[in-house]
Amino acid sequence: MADDKDVLRDVWFGRIPTCFTLYQDEITEREAEPFYLLLPRMSYLTLVTDKVKKHFLKVMKAEDVEEMWFDFEGTSLKWHYPIGLLFDLHASNTALPWNITVHFKNFPERDLLHCPSNSVIEAHFMSSIKEADALKHKSQVINDMQKKDHKQLWMGLQNDKFDQFWAMNRKLMEYPTEEGGFRYIPFRIYLTMSDRPFIQKLFRPISPDGHTHTLGDLLKEVYPVAISNDDESKRYQVVIHGIEPLLETPLQWLSEHLSHPDNFLHISVIPAPSD
Amino acid sequence: MPVSLLCAVDVYGRVYSLSTGGQQWEQCRDAVLEFKRVTAVQQCCWGIACDHHIYLNVHSSDVPIRYQEETFENQRWNPVDNFSDRLLPSDRWQWSNITGLEHQPLDSFFLPSTNWEWEGDWYIDENFGGEPTEKEGWTYAIDFPATYTKDKKWNSCVRRRRWIRYRRYKATDTWAKIPSEGHSGPLPDPFNDISCGGWEISEEPRGRLSLWAVSLQGKVWFREGIHHHSPEGDGWEEVSLPGEVVQISCGPGDLVWAVLWEGQLIVREGITRDCPQGSSWVVVDSPNPEAGAIHVAVGDNVVWAVTKDNKVWFRRGINSYNPRGSGWIGMVGEMVMINVGLNDQVWGISCEDRAVYFRQGVTSSELSGKAWKAVNVPRDGDIRSHSSASSSSLHSAGCFFSGEVRAQSVMSEDSDTENGPQRAVLEGATTAFTAGPSIPEEVASLREAEAKSPPPVLVLSPSLSGGPGDPQWSNVDLEEAQTHLAVGPAGVRGDAADTCSLSSVATYTLCQEEPYGADEHPLWAWVSGGGCGVDCHSQLNWFNSATALASSVQSMSLSISPAQTAAWRKQIFEQLSERSKREMDNFKHYEQAIEQSVWVKKGTMQWWRDWKPHKWVDVKFALEQFSGPEGNQDGILFLYYNFNEEKKYLHAFINEVTILVPVLNDSKHTFAIYTAERTKQRWPIRLAAATELEMHDWLALLSVSCCDSRGIQGPPSKQALWSVTCKGDIFVCEPSPSLEACPYPTPCDQMFWHQVGGHLRLVECNSLGVVWGVGYDHTAWVYTGGYGGGFLQGLASSTDNIYTQTDVKCVYIYENQRWNPVTGYTNRGLPTDRYMWSDATGLQECTKANTKPPSPHWTWVADWAIDYGISGGTDREGWQYAADFPTSYHGHKTLKDFVRRRRWARKCKLTTTGPWQEVPPIPLSDVTIIPCGAQSSVEPIPLWAISNKGDVLCRLGVTLLTPAGTSWLHVGTDQPFKSISIGGANQVWAIARDGSAFYRGSVSAQSPAGDCWYHIPSPARQKLQQVSVGRTSVYTVDQHGNLWFRQGLTPSYPQGLSWEHISNNVRKVSVGPLDQVWIIADKVQGSHSLSCGTVCHRLGVQPMEPKGQSWDYGIGGGWDHITVRGNSFEAPRVRMPSVTPSLTTSLTDPLRPPPTRKLLSFGNTENGNAVRC
Repeated sequence: MADDKDVLRDVWFGRIPTCFTLYQDEITEREAEPFYLLLPRMSYLTLVTDKVKKHFLKVMKAEDVEEMWFDFEGTSLKWHYPIGLLFDLHASNTALPWNITVHFKNFPERDLLHCPSNSVIEAHFMSSIKEADALKHKSQVINDMQKKDHKQLWMGLQNDKFDQFWAMNRKLMEYPTEEGGFRYIPFRIYLTMSDRPFIQKLFRPISPDGHTHTLGDLLKEVYPVAISNDDESKRYQVVIHGIEPLLETPLQWLSEHLSHPDNFLHISVIPAPSD
Repeated sequence: MPVSLLCAVDVYGRVYSLSTGGQQWEQCRDAVLEFKRVTAVQQCCWGIACDHHIYLNVHSSDVPIRYQEETFENQRWNPVDNFSDRLLPSDRWQWSNITGLEHQPLDSFFLPSTNWEWEGDWYIDENFGGEPTEKEGWTYAIDFPATYTKDKKWNSCVRRRRWIRYRRYKATDTWAKIPSEGHSGPLPDPFNDISCGGWEISEEPRGRLSLWAVSLQGKVWFREGIHHHSPEGDGWEEVSLPGEVVQISCGPGDLVWAVLWEGQLIVREGITRDCPQGSSWVVVDSPNPEAGAIHVAVGDNVVWAVTKDNKVWFRRGINSYNPRGSGWIGMVGEMVMINVGLNDQVWGISCEDRAVYFRQGVTSSELSGKAWKAVNVPRDGDIRSHSSASSSSLHSAGCFFSGEVRAQSVMSEDSDTENGPQRAVLEGATTAFTAGPSIPEEVASLREAEAKSPPPVLVLSPSLSGGPGDPQWSNVDLEEAQTHLAVGPAGVRGDAADTCSLSSVATYTLCQEEPYGADEHPLWAWVSGGGCGVDCHSQLNWFNSATALASSVQSMSLSISPAQTAAWRKQIFEQLSERSKREMDNFKHYEQAIEQSVWVKKGTMQWWRDWKPHKWVDVKFALEQFSGPEGNQDGILFLYYNFNEEKKYLHAFINEVTILVPVLNDSKHTFAIYTAERTKQRWPIRLAAATELEMHDWLALLSVSCCDSRGIQGPPSKQALWSVTCKGDIFVCEPSPSLEACPYPTPCDQMFWHQVGGHLRLVECNSLGVVWGVGYDHTAWVYTGGYGGGFLQGLASSTDNIYTQTDVKCVYIYENQRWNPVTGYTNRGLPTDRYMWSDATGLQECTKANTKPPSPHWTWVADWAIDYGISGGTDREGWQYAADFPTSYHGHKTLKDFVRRRRWARKCKLTTTGPWQEVPPIPLSDVTIIPCGAQSSVEPIPLWAISNKGDVLCRLGVTLLTPAGTSWLHVGTDQPFKSISIGGANQVWAIARDGSAFYRGSVSAQSPAGDCWYHIPSPARQKLQQVSVGRTSVYTVDQHGNLWFRQGLTPSYPQGLSWEHISNNVRKVSVGPLDQVWIIADKVQGSHSLSCGTVCHRLGVQPMEPKGQSWDYGIGGGWDHITVRGNSFEAPRVRMPSVTPSLTTSLTDPLRPPPTRKLLSFGNTENGNAVRC
C-alpha cells in the first residue's frame, strides 16, 4: 500500500503532453512547426509557455504580434485556471497530445483576462491561497507566515520544486486534531455546460453530528445532477486531476491531497462519453 | 502509554476497573466477595471486603513471583568415612544457612501461606561463582568458615554444597485473604480503611510497599515486609496515635496523612528509607473550623482533603522537606471522597451524582489542576446486575421495611443466585458499602453491650444524622436479613444496623439524595487510582458518551488512519498511476515546460574549525540543490570562512555525505557532518546553529537531500542495519549486496546512515522486518513500520505509525568529603582535592544547582535524591568510603578511610516522537530476534529477552503481522541474566550476571522455550558480558573488551568445545544471519582524532572461515549499539582463483590499510588469538 505522500508527488508531477499549433490565420514568414511540450498540470498556461512564444516568434514579424492567447477547439483557455483543470474540463476524453492553438491577435477580451507579466499570475495565485486559508483557518495560517514564506510557495510552483513548495504548504494543510478537519473546504465545481464559471459554497468536512463528509455528500448538496442514480446510465464524470475519485472519498482527505497549489479543490463535472 | 487500570467500587460492593485504553468499566468477576474499599498500586490491589478482612489481589504477570530458598549441606573429611556428615562438635550444623549459624534442614522449609506452591523439589546447585562444579556440586575448603573452591585439594577437610528450591506465588488475579494477625495473636478489631503506597521510598528490597490500615476502633496498623518476593507481607504492627483515626492515605513517596474522628488531620513525619513507617505524628487543623475533615488523599507532592460539608481542599506548599504544607485552598466541587493516583492525578466521587470524576489539567507545575470532568463510560453487565439487584432489593425492601425505605435501599447486595454457595463466606457479614467510615453492626452492638465510652462516631454525627425514627439506609443483604429475622440474633443485628447507620458519617449524603431510578447505574462508593498511570498528556476516552464515541471512532478511521485499505484510497492510487501511464509514458521525449533550476538555501552558522587552535568561528553556510543527470536530486554544501583575511570555502557533495549526527548539549545546538574522508580522519565538519529550531530545520533539509540523492525514501527496508548512539539517536543504513562481498566489500566508511525518530538504548532486528528496541528506562518498544518522527517532520516523516515516545534516565553527581581530626568529615577538602560536588571523575564541578539535564530535550521530573544503588555499597546515609579520592570505594567506614563520597541521582525525562510503540508491561534489559534468510517464513518468530530484573523471557505470538507478540513466557533460571541471543537454528545462548555463559537445550518451533540450561565454562578468568549468535557462529564479549569465538560447534554438539580469542578493544558484537560479524570498537584512532564507540566490520568472514581476518572501520564517535541481524543479502559470488592466505591478507589490507589505526588488533589466522600491535 502506497503512502499518502506518494499521492502528493503523483499529483504534483502530473504532466500533460501538448502540441501547440499556430492559428492558421496568423501571418508568418515561413511555415510554423508545431511545438511539443510537457505541461505541468499544477501550473498556469502563461507561466510555462515562454518557450512556445519564443518558438513561434521566430517565424513571425514583430509588428504582427500582440498578446499571446490559446484556444482548444474554439474554446478560449483561461490562463488563470490551472492547466490540469483546463485539460480535464475541455479535453478529458480526447486523444493525446492535447492540441492547443496559439493566437497572437484578436485577444478575446470578453473571455480572457490579460496577463502582461508573471507578477499578475503571482498575485492571482496568492489571492487564491489567501481565500482558501480564509475558508480553512480564518486566514490564521497564511497571516502568520512571513513574506518570504509566501514567496517560497510561489517560487516552488514557478520552479516546479515539490519539496520547496510542500515545506511551506504543509502548514496550510494542518488542522486541530480535535476538530477533525478544516473549517470549510475550499472547493470549486466547474461545469462545461453552464454559464456560471463555477460553483463555490461554504461546506464543512464534518457534519454537525460528527460524520465525515464525502465527495458524494458535497455533490448531493451543491450539484445533485452530477450524481447518477443507480437505475440510469452515468451522465456525468466527476474529475479531479484527471481521475474520478469514488464518491465515498472523504472530502477532508481530498482537500489535503488533491488540492491544487492554490489550495482549492478544483472539481470538473463533464458529460460522460456517450459510448 | 501502557494500559493501566483505575479501580472503583460501587455501592453494591462490586469492584470495577477501567483501563486507560478502554471505554468501559469491567467488573472484577473473580470477586466472590463484596468489597468496601480498595487501594490499588501498579502490581496489585488491596481491599477490605464486607467481612472486614483484608484481601490482596496480585495482578498476574508473565514473570511469576518466585522465591529461591537455599540451604547448605556441610560435610567433614575423616580418615574412616572419607567425607561424611559426621561433623566435629564445634562445627556448624550439618544443614545450615550460608553463614553456618542457623540450622536449616530441608524439611524445615514451609510455604509461607496457602497462596504459595513449590515449583519442584530440592536440587543441587552446580554453578559456583559463574563456573560449573563437578556433578555433585561440592565446594571444598580447609575448614569452616573459609574460602571455598570447586576443586578438591590435598588439604580440603570440609566441603559443602548448595541446595535450592523455588516456591511460587500462585494466588494471582484472585482475592487472597490476608490473615489479620499482629505480632501477638489476632488483631482485636476489624479493619475499616486501607491505603497502599510508599514504593518510591526505597528500591530495596525490590517492589517494597507500605500498607497502612485503620481499624474500626480508630487504631492504625502498618503492614511490614511487603515486597516483590513477599507480596502478602509479614505482619501487622500497631502505630501509636494521638487520637482515633477514621481514614488514612499514603502516597507513592513519604507522604502519609490521616483524618482523626474529631476532624483534624495528622501527618506522619520521619518516614525514610530505613524507617518506612515513620516516627511521629503532627496535627494539622481542618481547613474549615466549623466542619472537620472526613477524608484525605495524598500523592507525591499533593494533599487533598474533604470536609464534612463535602467541600474539597487543596494543601499548599507540600514538599519532601515540609510534608505538612503551609495552608489550605478551597476548591470548586463537592466530593464524597478523593483519591490521588500516579503523577499526582486526582479522582473523586462527586457528592451530587456519585459519579467518578477526574481532575483535568493536573501538571507538575499546576498540581491543583483545572476542572472536574465526569468519567462517563458504560459498565459491563449493566443490565444483568441491574435487573437482578434492583428488583430483588426493592422487592425485599418493600417486604421488610416501610415503603419509603424502598427507594433508598441502595446498599443491598446483588443477590445473585449463582453466587449462592459462596454466600457462606459472607455469613454473618453485613457491610457498609458506603464511602465514609461506617460501623458494622457486630461492632456497634459489641460496643453497646460493653457500654464503652460513646463510640467516636457519635461525636461527629449529631449534625449529620437524620431523625431517629427515620431509617435512612440499610446495609444488610435484605433477603438474608429477612431470613435471619426469624431467629433472635438477626433481629439484634437489624436494630444495630439502624442505630449505627443513623450516626454514620458519610452515609448521610447519600440518604439526602434523590433515589436513583432503575435505569441508572448503581452509585460509586470508592475509587483508587494508585495503579493508574495517566498524566496530563494522556489521551483518555472516558469522557464522551458511548454513541458519540463510536461515531467519532468511525470517522477517524476514515480520514485519519490510512493504514486501513479503504476502497476509495486504493482506487485513487490506481487511477493516478493509470493517469501517469496514459499521459506521460508515450511522451517522455517531450520537452519539460519548466527547466530544472538550482535552488540555494543560505544561512549563517558557527563552525568548529579544522586547524589549531580549534574554536568556533562564524561561517556562511549554503546548500545548492539541483537535479542530477538521471533526474535525481543532488546538491553541494558550501561553507564560506575567512582565513588570514582571505575568503575561502569548504565544500561537500551531498551524495558523499555519509551521516548527519545531531550533537545537542546544553550550550550549543550542534551537528556533525561526516563523509568517508572525514570518517577516516575521525574529524567531522562540526556546525552550530543559533537556535534549536534552526538546527532542526537544517538537519531536516540536509537529511532529505541526502536521502533524495541516494534515492532513499520511505521506511527502512527489512535488511537495514540499525545502530544507536550514546545519545539514544537511532540510525539506519540500507545495505547493498556488496556490503558482505568477499573479497571486495563496500568499505565501511562509505556506508550511508540516516536517522529515524525516537530514543533507544539498544535495537535488535531480523530480516523479516521485526524490530524491537529498549529505552534507557528499560521500556520495550516495537517498530511500527513508519519513518521519521523527532525533528524529521512533514514530508520526511510518515503520517501514520508515528507515536509519542518517552524515555527516562538519571543524571548523577557526587558529593565528596574529606575527614579531618577536628570536625570529622566536612565539605572542606585539601587544595589538591577534587570539587566537593563533582562528576564521577572529580574533574568537573557539578553542583545540584548548576547541573542541567543532558540536553534541552530532557526535563527534570524529580528532585535530587541519594542513590544507594551504587556498586560497592553504601552506608545508611549513602556514603562510600575510601583512603583517598581516586580509588575504589566501599560501603562502610574503616580507620584507614579519609575521604567519602555519595552519589546523588536526579531523574530526567525526554519526550519525542518516532515509529515506535510500547510493549508493556515488563521492562527489558536485552532482546534478541531469530536471524533468518530473507525468504524464510518463520512463523511464529522466536524472540527472547531479559527483563531488567534478570529474568529470561520468551515472547509468544510474534508474527509479521503482530511484531509485538502477545505475551511473555518466563524461562526459569537459578540466577539473574544480562544478555541473550538466538541463532538461526534456534540456538539460544545467554550470559548470566555473574559472567557465566549458558546454552539452552532443545529449543525448537515445537518447544519455543526449550527444556534446560547447560552451563558453559567462561574463558579463563574472564567474566562474559554479551553474546551474539548468527547462523552458526557464536561470539561473546567479556568485561575487559575481548571478543571470543566459540570453537567446535557441531549440530550434534551445539555447545561447542572452547573459546578462541579473536580481538581486544571490543564493546559489543552483532553476528548476522550469514554469520557476518560487526562490532562496536572501544577506541579507534583516525588521522586527526580518536573516536570511541566505532562501528567495525569483520573482513574475510566466509563459511569455511567464520572468524574472518581483519577489521574495517566505519562511522564512530559515540556509537553504542549495532545490529546487522536483518541483513541477509547474500554477497554476489565472485569466483576467485585460489589464493594463499598471505595473498588474501594483502588483498584485503590495501583496501583499508590505515597505519594510524592501531588500537584494534588483527585476528591472526594461525592460532586465532589476537595479537596486540
